[in-house]
Amino acid sequence: MSKRSLALLLILGVATLVGGLLLPNWMSYLFTIAMGKGLVVLGLVLLMRAGLVSFGQGLYYCLGAYVAGMLTQFAEVTDVLLILLASVSFSVVIAAIIGLLLCRYREIFFAMFSMAFSMILYGLLVRNQVLGSTDGFNVANPSLLGWAPGPEGASNLVLAVAVLLVFTLGILAWRYLKSLSGYAGEAVRENEIRLEYLGGSVFKIIYVKYIIAAGLAAIGGTVTALVSGHVDPEMAYWTTSGEFVFIALMGGTGHVAAPIIAAVLFESLRTYASAVAPYTWQMILGFALLAIILFLPSGLWSLVERFQNKKPRKAP
Amino acid sequence: MSALLKTVNLERTFGAVIAATDINIEINSGEIVGVIGSNGAGKTTFINMVTGYIQPSDGDILVRGKSIIGKSPREVSLAGVGRSFQIAQLFQELTVLDNILIAHGFSVDRKLNFLKPLRSADKVGKVRSVLREYEIEEYANEVVSTLPQGVRKLLDIAMAMLSKPGLMLLDEPTSGVAVEDKFLLMDTVMAAIRKSNAATLFVEHDMEVVLRYADRVLAFYDGRVLADGPTQKVLSDPKVQELVVGHHLDLSDVKYATKKDSDHA
Repeated sequence: MSKRSLALLLILGVATLVGGLLLPNWMSYLFTIAMGKGLVVLGLVLLMRAGLVSFGQGLYYCLGAYVAGMLTQFAEVTDVLLILLASVSFSVVIAAIIGLLLCRYREIFFAMFSMAFSMILYGLLVRNQVLGSTDGFNVANPSLLGWAPGPEGASNLVLAVAVLLVFTLGILAWRYLKSLSGYAGEAVRENEIRLEYLGGSVFKIIYVKYIIAAGLAAIGGTVTALVSGHVDPEMAYWTTSGEFVFIALMGGTGHVAAPIIAAVLFESLRTYASAVAPYTWQMILGFALLAIILFLPSGLWSLVERFQNKKPRKAP
Repeated sequence: MSALLKTVNLERTFGAVIAATDINIEINSGEIVGVIGSNGAGKTTFINMVTGYIQPSDGDILVRGKSIIGKSPREVSLAGVGRSFQIAQLFQELTVLDNILIAHGFSVDRKLNFLKPLRSADKVGKVRSVLREYEIEEYANEVVSTLPQGVRKLLDIAMAMLSKPGLMLLDEPTSGVAVEDKFLLMDTVMAAIRKSNAATLFVEHDMEVVLRYADRVLAFYDGRVLADGPTQKVLSDPKVQELVVGHHLDLSDVKYATKKDSDHA
């Protein structure tokens, strides 16, 4: 990445943060949620570029959120950095175990297996009274290195952390996709046999991607938990995972910015749709998804690629 | 010194069907061996067993004296056995350059880098020289699925050869290639292979190609090796002509001139 691109990204990051802080509270809240979901979808996109669609990212999204909630409520740990570290570490360990089984499967089996694991977590949480069963529980306001802002300041703190994470992890993901490991995902999607005969381990490539995606989902869940101040089992429910797939299809897999932009658009669309049609907003989202599949099968980013005169990336 | 490849009583059955049986061969470094036989004679089954694609029902396969039974294609590849396919196996929606860069990454660097760019100037320079050697550099930026069969075959072989395998197996390298391009393709491939000194087995139906490039021929019939020896000797064997070639071959015919003959002419 050139110094010029880095400088432009830095300016864009600061502008996003300042813009986010200047927004009315309800919009700033939605924006932070969108950043969190964008990170989950970024992980999903890494898998999709390898031809794998996970309907179970809600598992790690929820795990990240619950680890954050439990730390603030039961261990009185509120430092956002410690919380993030714990959420990611825990989710990565779980992903490393589940991935040993899951990464042997492809296509619909991978999708359904991943969903099954998230539904197991959902089932465990709704039966757990200590963790609030179906109601979940509240999450305390976060702090940073000993500084404990008030409720509004806490939201701004989470927004700042979320924007920083989106830009940092976005740049790392971009570098990753340009590396052999990133290209290997596309090679897996195109031809596993050829890759094996070149000496590449298909399992290892997918396993690493699965763990990275889990880590990103955990960060997304942590951001959501900290900004909303609440966690509940719905975060592991299959419709939450479906929402991430929706956003991924909406944005496309052509660039690391696509899931972030799509997440912001998705949250805006959902908010607008539920405001104008409180009982039929899901229908509006359905039509939006239909329109994208019919007219932009490679997602919204394909518009940018068309503008750049590039061939749109094939949808998995 | 042990043979580069040795098979011992190799057998593969599919239910009641015996696809290959009693295969005992030895291949040494630098040998160019043509594998001939009619459809269903066991040629591809043999290649698939040697490259770990399918496992034999019985017998042993030794590469440099070590058994590769039970090894995956990846492990066989890392043991120094490369292969190309009858239908070129490539990353169809990526460009030729990306294909060869990925192959270079896995075969030469052998490290799954996470943040180093794959398209660095030095790597691109290196793989472009490989594409030049196989005479396909002009297609570097084309998407593979849009390319003619001959270019795909060359790319398939170029990618497999990047790891410098001691043994290379080519499954029908000229199938699907225009008649007028067959020898051009084989000349390019064989020049690269001879330079690497890899032992090569190539499955081929075209006897002109076999005569021109093979030093030795393995003739398969009904899952067994019917004849194994110098090319001229095997192809002039009446039994091979009757059961494998399917017609009489007049080896004095000018079109069956070997590469050596034409080089001397």
